[in-house]
Amino acid sequence: MTRARLIAAAPLLVLLAVPLAVSSSYLLHLLILVLLWIVLGQAWNLIGGYTGQISYGHAAFFGVGAYTTALIYQATGSAAMAWWGLLAGGITAALLAIVIGWICFRLRGPYFGLSVLALAEVLRLVATNWKDLTNGAEGILFIPAFTSKAAYFYIIAAILLATVATMRAVVGSRLGYYFLAIREDQDAAESLGIDTTKYKMISLMISAFLTGVGGAFYTNYFGYIDPGIVFNLQNISILMILIAILGGVATIWGPVVGATLYILIAEGFRVFIGAGHLVFFGALIIVIVIFFPNGIVGAINDRRAARARSSAPGTGTPGTEAAA
Amino acid sequence: MSPELAGQIELLLQVVIAGILIGGLYSVIGLGMSLIMGVMRIINLAHGELMMVAMYITYFAFTMYAVDPYVSLLVVLPAMFALGALLQRFLINRVMYTDSILPQNQVLLTVGIGMVLSNLALVAFSANYRSVPVSYAGATLYWDIALGGQTIALSFNVPLLVAFGIAVVLTAGLFLLLMRTDVGRMIRATAQDRDAATLMGVNTKRVTVITFGLGSALVGAAGTLLVPIYYLFPTIGAPFTAKAFIITVLGGLGNTAGAILGGLVLGLAESLGSAYISLGYKDAFGFVMFVLVLIFLPKGLLGKSKV
Repeated sequence: MTRARLIAAAPLLVLLAVPLAVSSSYLLHLLILVLLWIVLGQAWNLIGGYTGQISYGHAAFFGVGAYTTALIYQATGSAAMAWWGLLAGGITAALLAIVIGWICFRLRGPYFGLSVLALAEVLRLVATNWKDLTNGAEGILFIPAFTSKAAYFYIIAAILLATVATMRAVVGSRLGYYFLAIREDQDAAESLGIDTTKYKMISLMISAFLTGVGGAFYTNYFGYIDPGIVFNLQNISILMILIAILGGVATIWGPVVGATLYILIAEGFRVFIGAGHLVFFGALIIVIVIFFPNGIVGAINDRRAARARSSAPGTGTPGTEAAA
Repeated sequence: MSPELAGQIELLLQVVIAGILIGGLYSVIGLGMSLIMGVMRIINLAHGELMMVAMYITYFAFTMYAVDPYVSLLVVLPAMFALGALLQRFLINRVMYTDSILPQNQVLLTVGIGMVLSNLALVAFSANYRSVPVSYAGATLYWDIALGGQTIALSFNVPLLVAFGIAVVLTAGLFLLLMRTDVGRMIRATAQDRDAATLMGVNTKRVTVITFGLGSALVGAAGTLLVPIYYLFPTIGAPFTAKAFIITVLGGLGNTAGAILGGLVLGLAESLGSAYISLGYKDAFGFVMFVLVLIFLPKGLLGKSKV
């Protein structure tokens, strides 16, 4: 086994060992949330960070994944069947992405990001008003399939590994370079023969699929959703952005750092201060945008690249660090 | 004419009137957003939250000093101008020229600003719904029209009527400022071509500060005018940010004159939609129109403009 493989296998082993080592179900709960938010942060990062199409409404895809799962439960009456929502929720979210992408990606500028925001709001209204289907604002409640937190931990860990593998595969492939080209200069990308509309769509579909899976997991884990929770602007859409930009835009490790910090800070506030963690997150967004526009991991990468350039003049390749 | 038909006409007219009156307020909200969009090329996602701040200023001016909401405009306009100018000067302008991966970091910054404002209000004032108990809150004017042997009784809510009147005055004032003054010319020049304006000696950074101040003052005024009509609560901002964006898209991004039309159209759509289709989906009609405009008229109802 090569060294690189060992390094890749290490996080896997750590993940496998965590539920054995951690006996506190509260701690395990927090870890589950961290892993879920890493998945969501990665999903946003693909369309927002790598492809440069900032979405202010990813709660639309999250909520659709969550509701698909809850509706499967309602139709079958079985919490075990609801796990099919992981697949079905992802697919529904990706289908939704096709519709919104078809409308918005022909236009440039802020249309896409805000249309998705609008979409999330409309879906929230539909979920609230279409009582026969969704039970309205009361939401859908069921008893989750497993009682042990360890089971959920393994499931979300598997989802996370699949997400990271997908991200690595996509970002390292021709597709990833197309995405970066679109982000950096759409006209140049177009003139090189990249069908920008098509590739923005592919990026959004993958991103929406992953977000939908995250929503489906949320439903299965908590056993309760309502429109205000899953289609939430601040607590879902904006936090997905926060996690990606806090950790590092367009990096694989960024959302890991972002999600960990987010859960730590949110729990810290909840336990020690009570209210106001969103004030802090808002201020954090301001600070990051002004001082670390590329996030924590991005700032480290930038510094490392700068050092490499200064120690070996002429070998630095500016602009490539973002792809790492 | 049968009484049923007269009743139908009465309802329709009433709904249209309500739509136009609230549309006037929406226009003022949209004007602020459109001005900022035109000069800075960014969407201000803290727009609704700025409105919320103005609403609380009005509320506390009333409850603590018994200042009538309309009189408090004298405080709200300069205060909101100052707040907007400070935000632009010390936060948004700082990232105007920073090098970052994401193209829209100024917009993200406004997201952060909005989040801080609404959640500060939540911590400071709690999530309670408040309203200002002005004596004229329920005052209504009636206008009877004789039509084909039937009488159609139309009613006008006084605070809404006053709000519409002030909205018209503010709009006219803004256009005078834009068309007739040096500051206005500088704003228009910057909106048309920032580099050219800089070369002509316009201090474009200062223009952005003034513009953001004006935009905040306008949306703040709209907030104050809403206070006698509506509730206020810390998270009232977000839906109004969405409305402001819909209005600017309807009118054409950065098209100030279009924002007036956009506001009226949105007001009418919400009013007609909630009367004839469903009240629960009131906020969705704007979005539906927004999507239709994106598909069929991506440049807005009026296309591109010079203002």
